[in-house]
Amino acid sequence: MTGHKANKKDSFQAKLEKNVVGLLIMIAIMVSVGGIVEIVPLFYLDNVIESEARNPDGSVKFPELEGIRPYSALELAGRDVFLREGCYTCHSQMIRPFRDEKERYGHFSLAAESKYDHPFQWGSKRTGPDLARVGGKYSNEWHVAHLMDPRSVVPESIMPRYPWLMEATIDGEGIVKRMNAMKRVGVPYTDEQISGGKEAVAGKTEMDATVAYLQVLGTMVKFKKGVDYRE
Amino acid sequence: MSNVQTEERYDLSVVGWFSVAAVIYLVVGASVGVIAASELAWPALNFDLPYITFGRLRPLHTNTVIFAFGGCTLMGAAFYIVQRTCQTRLWSNKLAWFTFWGWNAIIVSAVITLPLGITQGKEYAELEWPIDIAIAVVWLSYFFNFVMTVVNRKTPHIYVANWFFMAMMVMITYLHVINSLVIPVGLFKSYSIFSGVQDAMVQWWYGHNAVGFFLTAGFLGIMYYFIPKQANRPIFSYRLSVLHFWALTFGYVWLGAHHLQYTALPDWTGSLAAAVSMAMIIPSWGGAVNGMMTLSGAWDKLRTDYVLRFLVVALAFYAMSTFEGPLMSVKSVNALSHYTDWTIGHVHSGALGWVVMVSVGAIYHMVTKLWKTEIYSTRLVNFHFWIHTIGIVIYICAMWVSGIMQGLMWRAYDEYGNLVYSFAESVAAMHPYYALRVVGGICVLLGAIVMLYNVIMTINKSKVKVAESSSQPATATA
Ligand code: HEC
Ligand code: HEM
Ligand code: HEM
Repeated sequence: MTGHKANKKDSFQAKLEKNVVGLLIMIAIMVSVGGIVEIVPLFYLDNVIESEARNPDGSVKFPELEGIRPYSALELAGRDVFLREGCYTCHSQMIRPFRDEKERYGHFSLAAESKYDHPFQWGSKRTGPDLARVGGKYSNEWHVAHLMDPRSVVPESIMPRYPWLMEATIDGEGIVKRMNAMKRVGVPYTDEQISGGKEAVAGKTEMDATVAYLQVLGTMVKFKKGVDYRE
Repeated sequence: MSNVQTEERYDLSVVGWFSVAAVIYLVVGASVGVIAASELAWPALNFDLPYITFGRLRPLHTNTVIFAFGGCTLMGAAFYIVQRTCQTRLWSNKLAWFTFWGWNAIIVSAVITLPLGITQGKEYAELEWPIDIAIAVVWLSYFFNFVMTVVNRKTPHIYVANWFFMAMMVMITYLHVINSLVIPVGLFKSYSIFSGVQDAMVQWWYGHNAVGFFLTAGFLGIMYYFIPKQANRPIFSYRLSVLHFWALTFGYVWLGAHHLQYTALPDWTGSLAAAVSMAMIIPSWGGAVNGMMTLSGAWDKLRTDYVLRFLVVALAFYAMSTFEGPLMSVKSVNALSHYTDWTIGHVHSGALGWVVMVSVGAIYHMVTKLWKTEIYSTRLVNFHFWIHTIGIVIYICAMWVSGIMQGLMWRAYDEYGNLVYSFAESVAAMHPYYALRVVGGICVLLGAIVMLYNVIMTINKSKVKVAESSSQPATATA
């Protein structure tokens, strides 16, 4: 049951079948092509991230995208809670360019808007609504009430309750370390921002942080009417 | 391959442990799945315990079913198959035990850290960097041992099952290393070096190929050995296996971007991925046909041979999900299906239908071979087959209905051009289907528990202790 017939004398395939190293190398080549073609250009093409697009005269094409900034210390702490609690397993942060999504969630998401997101949080499942532009949609009080008990504000909700966020406080030293790490992966924090991190989160709870994060989502860009951000 | 070979020439004890571990993890993973499913139907069921809220439980579910259950099955089966088809024992039995204990230690650390919320926040790659390093080491030990065993083979050719295993090993090494590149903030926290679009593309290159190479290529290796073995006839077409193999290794890698249709990723990547996805129907179906036609002339075996039945129905589900997948890559279909339960339905037709069924068939086969005895109860295997099949059908039908309904409700307009449904209304409409999924999940779980019982009883009644690499190989037949 070796499963092969003696093929034409020494076809390439037959040679590979007798040579482990050759087979491994051939496999390694075959599996590399697709990844290289699709991934590598994303790091080099300048139309991938809209905020890097330039007019022919070299000026920035969409100046309104310069509002995109790294998260503040408190927002970053909130984002870490978001990751820890796995909110991304139920919520996407990527609005697609369809009419219904525009009405439900707002302008479609741009690549530039997640350029400081390490890791990205686009998600793959909408058990709950998209959160890419939830910032400013509700008051802080609403968010607190909702996170404490979603069903008290939305009876149909199946979102978990997160009462423990109210009790835990943010570790000031920790956030400085995290901002430093973010800086090392390329997020342009200034030294003042980092050294001020500890103070910025002093006495804040995880609830404050989560709400601060939710409230900034999608608010950094003031979209101009009639501008086409993606061809 | 001669029939007079004696088992004692092989290192089989480690295979037995991997097989039993796999069944235990199937029970654990399915239980976690059932709890997660129940929380979506009845959210109070997390009892406000942070550790078991849905957001932490879901990564635990995917990690236990894919890496614990799937991983142990793949490692056990690969070590079994490579020895049989190369007619030589493992290059190093000690290293195989290192792989076994290492992999299980990783699983234990996953089961502890994920409920604690220690995560990198990337789907299927949640484990933090110290565990990632351990995974790389253990994975390479598995890879190296396997390849060295192939090097030592007594047969001239490398059997097709082993090509698939090697493709999986090469690709998973790439994927794991690149997608796990992070800057640590401490032992339990790190940030991906990639961000935004690039991170999305790297992640789904990883994510899709975890499916394509771990859950597909690896299990195809299992299929290419156990179907011919169980049916006792050679694989239908050697040429088809060559085609299947190279088309898969070359093609699958391109598909990642179909997880990112209409997102901020440049459009050409998604279109390219969709085109290659369509093309993938051909080799996938070629492979499925190859497996099924192996039975031609022996179809009657299906009536009596329960193990074969698992293997063949697995192929039917493989064919189904590799038809559904390309369909879902088409932009207009993906516009509806993305973000909905339709994806979840597709996942589980592949996972429960293909991955679990082919594994279950292989494990029943291996257990009887390793412990040199008949299965404890054929009736229980039959029961497992039916309850599992019924469970899958309930699960995926519920998800198709809820997924398509969700997609349609989100985009429904009334005559004045307003959205008809609030999001909360769509959530409420899902309740019956989520409850139904729990029922399907319980069927699958029940089947897994019955299997565990049956396997344990089989081992109990067997008189042989699975031979640890015996010091005096019986007369070799190579
Ligand atoms: C089990 C899935 C699930 C998880 C996990 C989850 N949510 Fe939700 N979320 C929902 C559902 C369903 C809704 C819609 C009903 C509602 O408003 O409660 C929702 C709504 C929301 C909303 C209101 C959005 C809007 O536009 O009305 C916010 C904000 C939110 N969730 C934040 C979070 C945060 C923060 C976390 C993590 C700490 C989280 N969610 C975890 C399911 C989930
Ligand atoms: C008793 C059986 C099972 C039940 C009840 C179950 C239930 C679930 C649930 C509720 C989810 C989350 C879906 C969502 O987010 O809406 C899920 C996700 C998932 N399950 Fe299962 N599951 C089962 C078995 C399995 C098995 C055996 C596998 C793999 C071999 C598997 C693989 C996955 C994967 C990969 C996901 C993530 C899907 C995605 O991200 O799109 N499941 N499962
Ligand atoms: C040629 C074969 C296949 C193709 C082209 C394909 C295509 C797809 C597509 C288009 C999606 C949806 C992406 C989205 O909208 O988010 C998807 C999701 C998925 N598929 Fe497949 N599929 C194939 C086979 C399989 C098989 C055999 C499995 C086995 C388990 C599988 C497991 C999954 C998983 C786990 C996901 C969910 C990913 C996530 O969102 O977390 N697929 N697939």
